[in-house]
Amino acid sequence: MTTLEMIDSKIHPALGEWELPEFVAEADLPSREGDRVIQFREALREAMSHEMRHDERIFLIGEEVAQYNGAYKVSQGMLDEFGEKRIIDSPISENGFAGMCIGAAMYGLRPIVEFMSWSFSFVAADAILNNAPKMLYMSGGQWGCPIVFRGNDGAGGQLASTHSWCVEGLYANVPGLKMAIPSNPYDAKGLLATAIRDPDPVFFLESERMLGDKAHVPEEQYYIPFGRARLAREGDACTLVSFGRPVNFCLEAAEKLAGEGIECDVLDMRTIRPLDIDAIIESVKKTNRVVVVDQSWPFGGVSSEVITQICERCFDWLDHQPVRVNTEDVPTPYAKGLEAAYLPNPDKIAAAVKRVIAATA
Amino acid sequence: MTQAPTSNTPMTKAHSKANLAAELPKATQLKWLRDMQLIREFENRTMQAYQQAKIGGFCHIYSGQEACAVGTIASVNHDDPIVTAYRDHGHALARGMSARACMAEMFGKITGCAKGKGGSMHMFDRPNWLYGGHGIVGAQTPLGAGLAFAAKYEFEVMKKGVHPHHEPKKKVALCYLGDGAIDQGAFHEALNLASILDIPVIYIIENNGYSMGTAIHRHTANHENLISRGESYGIDSIQIDGLDIRNVYNQFKPFVDRCRENSRPGFVDLKTYRYQGHSMSDPQKYRTKEEVEEYKNKDSIARLLGNLMDEGAITEDGWKQMQNEIRDEVLDAVEFAENSPAPDPAGELFTDVYALPQKNLSPTAEYHHGAKNPLL
Repeated sequence: MTTLEMIDSKIHPALGEWELPEFVAEADLPSREGDRVIQFREALREAMSHEMRHDERIFLIGEEVAQYNGAYKVSQGMLDEFGEKRIIDSPISENGFAGMCIGAAMYGLRPIVEFMSWSFSFVAADAILNNAPKMLYMSGGQWGCPIVFRGNDGAGGQLASTHSWCVEGLYANVPGLKMAIPSNPYDAKGLLATAIRDPDPVFFLESERMLGDKAHVPEEQYYIPFGRARLAREGDACTLVSFGRPVNFCLEAAEKLAGEGIECDVLDMRTIRPLDIDAIIESVKKTNRVVVVDQSWPFGGVSSEVITQICERCFDWLDHQPVRVNTEDVPTPYAKGLEAAYLPNPDKIAAAVKRVIAATA
Repeated sequence: MTQAPTSNTPMTKAHSKANLAAELPKATQLKWLRDMQLIREFENRTMQAYQQAKIGGFCHIYSGQEACAVGTIASVNHDDPIVTAYRDHGHALARGMSARACMAEMFGKITGCAKGKGGSMHMFDRPNWLYGGHGIVGAQTPLGAGLAFAAKYEFEVMKKGVHPHHEPKKKVALCYLGDGAIDQGAFHEALNLASILDIPVIYIIENNGYSMGTAIHRHTANHENLISRGESYGIDSIQIDGLDIRNVYNQFKPFVDRCRENSRPGFVDLKTYRYQGHSMSDPQKYRTKEEVEEYKNKDSIARLLGNLMDEGAITEDGWKQMQNEIRDEVLDAVEFAENSPAPDPAGELFTDVYALPQKNLSPTAEYHHGAKNPLL
């Protein structure tokens, strides 16, 4: 069966019947403008609650998601609505409950697994990397693993090195998984809704630092397709490519640069796998310069992959070698000043853009 | 889920000693004999094919442990999910996978149970509710809890089947592991979850006394009292002699029935022995030939055969005929595997990676859907 036939029939031999959202163009999504302002965490909750009302196969499990109402209050009130059989407090036992949910997904349920932090997912590495993304392949197409792993990714506030992981650099390496990373409340809702409907394992990366961010989020459920970047700002001097929280730093940098007469394209990639390289190429063909901003480490990371693909696909369109801005290549420090120096920020990004432009002006 | 404070206490330890096997029709026990002999013969041909380099990778032989898979699987329903480790040929055959699909998988052929993508350690059989063969020691133990969790969720929360045309019911999941896997953290996490969430999963330790080449007294603490592992999590636990299939059935059947009825996990220390090395590349320096011989004198197939002959259920000629049929079946499987086409990389390498392939998931190729699995 081809992909298109499969989507039409909504039947996969390994997954039975399933209901995919209709994939719409950016212009057909509900308006981003409006005065219904909610927090990022509420947007996540709305996406989950809507899907759970719609599909009884979905349940939420994680540390403190039920009686405590969520360590970060993402699942606040969900226990009251859905009850203890669908909103489940787990022991602090990531390998156990992540693995258990993979078994449940193989059987046919649709688990949402909350990691309080993706930094805690390493003790579940065998389950989430060796089982979930490989089950369909290893079984020769007999069992898939429709599951969402979600939680906080990246530096919180002075949490030091073991609690500040950006797992995308490591995990995006593995075929069989999809990875989404919203930068704002509107996308958080639309991407999580799509993640829950997706029949493959989705790694959904949130950020503790953004959970309180507020924006207009439509009340209705909508589904942002994976693999479609959003052009968050337009310009012709340089392309800024980023993922998750640093998209906001790019927008700040672009605003600042605009004051100096430098207009940038800012691409919010939304998903890392699939990666909308087509949108990047289209922009690079216009600007001929690119800076990739990625909150994971530089060595063998997401920015390395993006830049490799740019070089493979549109090398001749570049007037300057691609430049990356990452977290600095050290374990995350605790001290406030050190942590700030370690993270990508608008100043570092603006400086990188200026460097690229100055060299080719 | 909120638990009543008493729900974690172990159930009664007074395990049934009733001779349930004696009440079974002789045809059922002849089927056990046949299934065990099929596994034995299949493994003999597997070793031969491995030595001829027709089978690659790691290959773990089940010979000696046949009464474990056949006896426990005979005690549950066909639609009770099961999951096991990498010594999995026996479970696949006992669950009803054809010798052809099992052998072809090891030969790396498109006709294999995983289209040649899994190999010896990854036997999956959806129609027979076998959720794999898993290669990492202990990795299947949380999966087993998840299978039972899902079956219970389907029955209690959804009250309708997640699979079309399948009514939910009270199920148990069987999760097999070797004695080596009890040293893994995943196993302990799974036991804890199964107990606090009242998940009806039965952990069956196929205790052959060795964790690869490390004898049990050298690899695990308190090895003479393995059931304390289960009991410490408030899980009903039992030790069973796994060399005598009638004994396996007599003790395991009421045990598993109780777990199903009470929706509670179980832990079984199923004592057995493997005749071959850990894998095909094991020179077995860690044990004596005399020890292996001692266990071969207590062989489970010979024991059941002797009992059935004494009871007049099978004659010498009948046994010969059964052996011949099995030999033919396995030879046919080898021939089938040999003559089956290998998966074509152009068609199959990039299939079964995603259920929903999308553009730009990989920088080097597009994923797509390939041939339908032969078992589906």
